[in-house]
Amino acid sequence: MSEFGLRLAISLTQIAAVMGIVVVTVLLLTLAERKVLGWMQDRMGPMEVGPYGILQPFADAIKLFFKEDIIPAGANKFLFTMAPILCLIPAFIGFAVIPWGPNWTLEIGGITVKPFVISDINIGILYILAFASIGAYGIILGGWASNSKYSLLGGLRSAAQIISYELNVGLSIIGVVILTGSLSLVQITDAQAGWFWNWYLFALPAPQIFAFVVYVISSVAETNRVPFDLPEAESELVAGFFTEYSGLRFAFFFLAEYANMVLVSCVAAALFLGGWQAPYPGTILELLGLPSLSWIESTMWFAIKTYSFLFLFFWLRATLPRLRYDQLMKFGWKVLLPIALANIVATSIAVFVSQQMK
Amino acid sequence: MAHLFFGYFAGMITITSILVVALRNPVYSALSLLIMFFHVAGLFITLHAEFLAAVQVIVYAGAILVLYLFVVMLLNVNRDDRYHSQWRVVAFVCVPLSIEFLVLLSGTMGAANRQPASLPVEPHTADNTLAIGRTLFSTYLFPFEVASLILLVAMIGAIFLAKRDIGENEAKDVTRVPGAQ
Repeated sequence: MSEFGLRLAISLTQIAAVMGIVVVTVLLLTLAERKVLGWMQDRMGPMEVGPYGILQPFADAIKLFFKEDIIPAGANKFLFTMAPILCLIPAFIGFAVIPWGPNWTLEIGGITVKPFVISDINIGILYILAFASIGAYGIILGGWASNSKYSLLGGLRSAAQIISYELNVGLSIIGVVILTGSLSLVQITDAQAGWFWNWYLFALPAPQIFAFVVYVISSVAETNRVPFDLPEAESELVAGFFTEYSGLRFAFFFLAEYANMVLVSCVAAALFLGGWQAPYPGTILELLGLPSLSWIESTMWFAIKTYSFLFLFFWLRATLPRLRYDQLMKFGWKVLLPIALANIVATSIAVFVSQQMK
Repeated sequence: MAHLFFGYFAGMITITSILVVALRNPVYSALSLLIMFFHVAGLFITLHAEFLAAVQVIVYAGAILVLYLFVVMLLNVNRDDRYHSQWRVVAFVCVPLSIEFLVLLSGTMGAANRQPASLPVEPHTADNTLAIGRTLFSTYLFPFEVASLILLVAMIGAIFLAKRDIGENEAKDVTRVPGAQ
């Protein structure tokens, strides 16, 4: 039983570390978004709290924490309380299978531990897709339980959008899965070792450039961000499904949206850009004779890739106007879906031919 | 440990599937169906069928049930008591089911000592997804293709049925446009 206890303790430590990193990243993102938007619109962004405004996230958190918690009259109290939690849990649970660093194994007290991934399950990417699809329930139930027409319409719109674009996310991933022959994110990143042209974005025999574009567009839509933030179109639906939410419950929805952004960025980095692999073979620290510290370089590369995706989210928000709802649906089903399907056929043929040539 | 997990999952599946039909509020029924799907997925995981578990959650919980919720919310179904007093139907379904249950129970009493049928692959080590793919595209290729064809036909039929009215209305609208003359 002590082995079980040790395993539990190690897993809990890993989970705490990953959760800590994600929450800190989300705090950083709330500030970074406002700063980046400010610079792009030629203004300063938040400047008041702390030097250069860097303590703004804490001010926001304290404000949300102490705000009055309002449950509207006629709302379904149970579901109104459950919805933010249902939204938040799927957003955080997906990080369990993301590999943050090299695929090392450690021996601690007789059991083998992979320090840079909480759980290397053999259906990693399907696990993330499964829980991403559960996130729609929080939104749709939050909209329904508020007992407000704006919330209900916002929730329905948002759920329809998430289901439509989830399909494109799933189909764009299949090309990578065909190339690797595995669903485990650890094995997918391991297969992209070496120079950067081994990343699946550029890798022969079937560069996944189209799949990558489809994935990025669909993941922006799936996280309900601009230009696909129809669910919270201010001019039509006030604030969408969280119109009636305030205080801590609103903070949960907010947190879930940002955690989802981080999650899709991590998946994009792991699937298409080699995850923690540097663009050159091996690591510089290893060449300098410090192989035990090379994980720092690897995790830094992962962070750089993830943060460049997150920057892309802000960039899109500052650049593009919102789509109309029918345009959004048409674009998803009539443009992105055929591209993703054609990519699967092309990748399968290319992989088959290259296997026959060998 | 395995028995404990099986007991938990099986118990929850039974309770939540009874709640699906017993609860008066259709949204709560849909939610207990969601909990049931999760526990079925959990049961698959205890059997080392991770792929099936993931597909169970993605397809049933993630897509089909969300559409059910759509229908329930948009139709604004009231807590209608009409559907909760169909005792004749209940008796018609339950009597054969309980007889079947008794027959199965008496049958398994003798078979309790028998070993389970040997599996073609070692479930703990083999790649579950690979095994399913191999079986589906070799042994069961024809049923698989037939099933996909039937689904395609059903999808085209649904689009045809749903789209017919819209097409007629659009045609009427076009003739009324003044600039078209």
